[in-house]
Parts: sequence; C-alpha cells; structure tokens
Amino acid sequence: MLSLNRVSKSYKVGTFGGKELVAVRDVSFDVDEGEVVSLIGESGSGKTTIGKMILKLVEISRGSITCDGTDVAGIHGGAVKAYYRHVQGVFQDPFSSYNPIFKADRVFSMIRSEYFADMARSEWSDKIEAALRAVTLEPDQVLNKYPHQLSGGQLQRLLVARALLLDLKFLVADEIISMLDASTRIDVLNLLADLKSRGMGILFITHDLSLGNYISEKTVILRRGAIVEMGATEKVFGNPTHPYTKVLITSVPQLHKKWADVEAEIRARGGDDSGTCLFHQAYPPTAGPAAADAPTLVKVEDDHYVGCFDLGQGICRVA
Amino acid sequence: MSLQVSDLRVYYRTLAGDVQALDGATFSIADKEIMGLAGESGCGKSTLGNSLIRLDGRMKYVAGSVTLDGNSLPVWDNDGMNEFRFRDVSVIPQYAMSAMNPTRKIGTMIAELLESRGESYKEIRPELMRRIDLVGLQPDVLSRYPIELSGGMKQRMVMVISTLLDPSLLIADEITSALDVSTQRAVAETLVSFRDHGFVKSMMVITHDVSILYQTADTILIMYAGKLAEKAPTKTIIEDPRHPYTRMLISSLPEVGVRYANKKLSGIPGSPPALLNPPTGCRFRARCPLAFDKCAEEPPFIEIAGDHSVACWKATRADA
Repeated sequence: MLSLNRVSKSYKVGTFGGKELVAVRDVSFDVDEGEVVSLIGESGSGKTTIGKMILKLVEISRGSITCDGTDVAGIHGGAVKAYYRHVQGVFQDPFSSYNPIFKADRVFSMIRSEYFADMARSEWSDKIEAALRAVTLEPDQVLNKYPHQLSGGQLQRLLVARALLLDLKFLVADEIISMLDASTRIDVLNLLADLKSRGMGILFITHDLSLGNYISEKTVILRRGAIVEMGATEKVFGNPTHPYTKVLITSVPQLHKKWADVEAEIRARGGDDSGTCLFHQAYPPTAGPAAADAPTLVKVEDDHYVGCFDLGQGICRVA
Repeated sequence: MSLQVSDLRVYYRTLAGDVQALDGATFSIADKEIMGLAGESGCGKSTLGNSLIRLDGRMKYVAGSVTLDGNSLPVWDNDGMNEFRFRDVSVIPQYAMSAMNPTRKIGTMIAELLESRGESYKEIRPELMRRIDLVGLQPDVLSRYPIELSGGMKQRMVMVISTLLDPSLLIADEITSALDVSTQRAVAETLVSFRDHGFVKSMMVITHDVSILYQTADTILIMYAGKLAEKAPTKTIIEDPRHPYTRMLISSLPEVGVRYANKKLSGIPGSPPALLNPPTGCRFRARCPLAFDKCAEEPPFIEIAGDHSVACWKATRADA
C-alpha cells in the first residue's frame, strides 16, 4: 500500500549551506495493508525523518514515496487534505501534542471543522464515542477535560482516536510508547495490533527492540540513515546477520536471560564476521559502473535482506 | 549492614495539602549490594533516592531515620548533610549531560570540587587517571569542556567524578533511560564494575525498566504509590513475585522473543491513586484482582521468606 523507493534526505548545513548532511540514504521498503512494520534505530539514525517524509512534513530529496500508486511528493493543494484523510501520524510526547490552554477534546472539533463540517451533531458524537471505544477509553472520563487532567496513556490514545475519526488507512506511530509507563504501554501496543487486524498499515518507529519484536511482522533496522538489515521479524531477530543488528540484539536488556548468555548464543550460531561482507560477495565493487545500479540490500534468505556491513567503518574488508 | 532506612516519610508541600510521595519506607542495603528500585512514574522512587542525598525546598521530612555504616544521616538537615555528600553518599543524576559546569574545563572543575571538600587534587589525580582509563575515556578529557564530549562520554565522566572519593552509597537515578541500547548496556556494566572494583560499597539503581535491573541488580525493591510493595533477590522478583502488582508488572513487559501473535500481554487496568489524599488500606486495592475485605486495612511490609518482604495480605509465609 505504502511504498518507499530509494528515498534519501539530505540537509544543507554549515556556512552558506556548503556541506551536505545525509539523514536518510537509499531507503526502500513497503508497508502492506494489515501489516505492522517496525523501524528500529538509535537516535540520529533517521527514523523520525522517514516518518515525517511519509507525512509530508519534510520534503524528499531523492527517490519517491507512493501511497496506493500515487506519488506522495506530487500531492499539492486540496489533495493534501484528502491524503491526510487516509494517512495520519501520532508522535512521541503526548503532553506537548496538546495545547494546554484548550481542552483535550479540541483535537476532535478541529477534525470536525476541517473534514466533517456538514455532519449532524448527534451523528458526530456517535462517531466520537465509537472512536473512543475503539481505543478503550470511557467517553465521560476523557471528554471535556484539560490535558493536565489526563494521564499520558489516555492522551496518547486520544490522539489515536482522533486519527480514527478519519477514514484512516495508514498510521505513522513515532515512538508513541516511549513516554508511557510499563503498566499502560502494553495497552497502547495491543491497540495498534487491534488496528492492524482491521486492515490498517502501521509504521511503528521505535528504538526499543522488544516492543518492535512484540508487534510487527516486518522489521527494518536503520543505521546512520541506511537500512542495514530488514525482513520478517522472526528472521531478523532469530538469525541476525549484520554485525550492527547483533550488537543491538545482544544489548537489549532481557528479563530471563543475562547479557553474557545472549552473546554466547549468537556467537555459537553465527560464525565470525571477518572477510568480505555478504553484500560485496554478491555485488563485487570491481563490477564497474553497473554497481551504482546495484540494490542497496542483498537477499540472504526468503524475506530477509542485509546491507553492506561497512558503512565507512572498515569492518567490511573488500578484497 | 551498610544502609538502614526505617519508616522514612517525605511529603511534598503544595497549596492543596501534603502529597504523601514517600510514606513509610523501611529497608536495608547490605555491603556490596546493588539494589534496584523500580516502579511507575509518580510512585515515589525518585523521592526516596533524593531524600537520601538532598531534600529540595518543596520536600518536607516528616518521620523516619537513615543510618549509613552505623552513623545516623541527618537527612532533614541540609547543612548537616554536607559532611556526608560526595564523601559517603553520592549521586549520579538523571541528566548527566547537564550535570557538569559548562564554563570550566573538566579537570579544573574536578580540582575545584575536590578543594571544596578539603581534598588534594594532586594526590587524587593518579587514581582519577586510572579510572578515566578504566571507563574507556582518553586522558585528555580533563583539558576539554563538557560540550566537546558526547552524551555517553559525559555520562561516564560524571560516573567517575561521583565515585572519586569511594562513597559508601551511590544513588543512580534513571541514568540509562535517555541512552541508546548499546550505550545503555555499557553504562550498566560500568556501574557493576565500579562495585566490583570497590569504588562504591553499595548502590541504589533507580529505574522504571525492570529488565535492566535483571541484568545488573542483586536485589529489587518495587514501589507502588509511595509505599514499598515487595523486596527480594532479583531472581525471585522476576521468577516468583508474590505481590499482585509485581506479578502484573512483570507479566506486562514485552521481551525479545514474545510476539503478539503467540502471546497477548495485558497491562494493568486503572491508574495509580492520587497521593494528595491517598486511599486508606492497601493502595493497590482498586486495581488488584485479588482484593478482598481485609485490604481496607493497610498490609504491613513483612518478610515472608528469607530476604523476601511483601506488603500484601494474600502473600503469606510458606510455613504459616
């Protein structure tokens, strides 16, 4: 449904914009209907930039994003409003997403004045009630309240409910769990899974591998703006190929396994990482000009791709 | 027995009344013990940590006593505590990025800090260099400004500074929360190595992330709504928790390996009570699936097995 094709984003930095900072490079992946794709990366890896490009909050430098076949960059004027009817985002900090001067349910009335100006009042309140029920909130507990009177989990679910008022097909969920407490974060996560089973496509942006693993079908690991590994979640987590992915997986604090045990387990399974990387084994750099057209990722097994190990760090020793 | 806290109560003064953020904490930390302190936001875990080092203006000491290595700590007396801070009790603050003076080179700042405590920078410098090397920093960091260091480097530098005088108790408040997973692991392992090298005698690690405690802590103390809920060795808390809150908290944590498709986790319905006028009896009662009549009475925090204390009427001694 949503498809990224070699998308890059670069910023001009330095005096007079003399230098170029590449935030996202050559990223391609698809998100289908009823699918959760988790985009995992450290701070500064470009994961939020990708979300913002999908939401048209940031311009795309190179490549294209298509939604149901339409080029997102080519949507202008009135069509933007129609695009946002289907594609919405929810962001990390629920407390700063609201204007503290107004009541929290103002986000609903803003949707109404933009999209449903003709709808009758009773029909509208039914619609709000249905959306709130879908995110397991009690209408009388959250309506007519100021943001400071509600908890982070409630505010975050209100924002999802706001998105549900529209005819939503795709949701960009950017770190929506990070600010929540352990006892409530799982409820928001289950809510996303519920939306997925109703056919919505979700891009779940996170730095927390265990959350990504819990909910998503597909995992994309991002480092310094480039995809290093992607594929079916159980393959990426079960058989990590890229050294960076291995570092990430061995660093996640787990509940029933100590760090040293996880490390030993992966080492026992995965051989060593010396020599030429999988990517350059398949596409030797000696191939000449054609190498520029080479894909950025190599298939290592069904539904499991890996990028060059190197990324300018000298791990990959091209012969 | 390194640290002994008994019936410590610290409230926050507000116009509407006292917020009972820490309401009767009794526990101890042994020598060489790393105790993890976990709970939801607003459960009083940071209040407990702060009250052992410095009460700020809004905090009001109400009752209780704290003993460290046999000496009573005057936690209610800001000036009296000065004698103990840094030397006996030290803290690694949550925002290490902004914990260092930006206008001083790091070496100058450390020298000034030590002189203010009547210590000689010259004598301590060789040990300082050894520890800087141990955490993997270059010796030239001392001639740099904090702004020249990355977040993880600043965090490690602050850890070295905090433990320079070999304090008896170190309080680490949410120090891993703002870091990426790989840095998080390095910082957590450095903490453990500080204990192993004897730089600190015992440690209190405050975090909301129970899985990081499983990796580092010897014992875990779970707090709920200003009260202690359960304390036990790490393995017991994770594998055989007895308080219903701990059980629900542990079972709501997604782990690598747990998938929504295979095992649907559930959160804890409801939210913690307001601490301005907290409910009487057990504070978890309203969210607890096991609640019964007796929960209207406050459950005592008692030992139900060796080193395992729980505040719940339903958790009883195995032999009772």
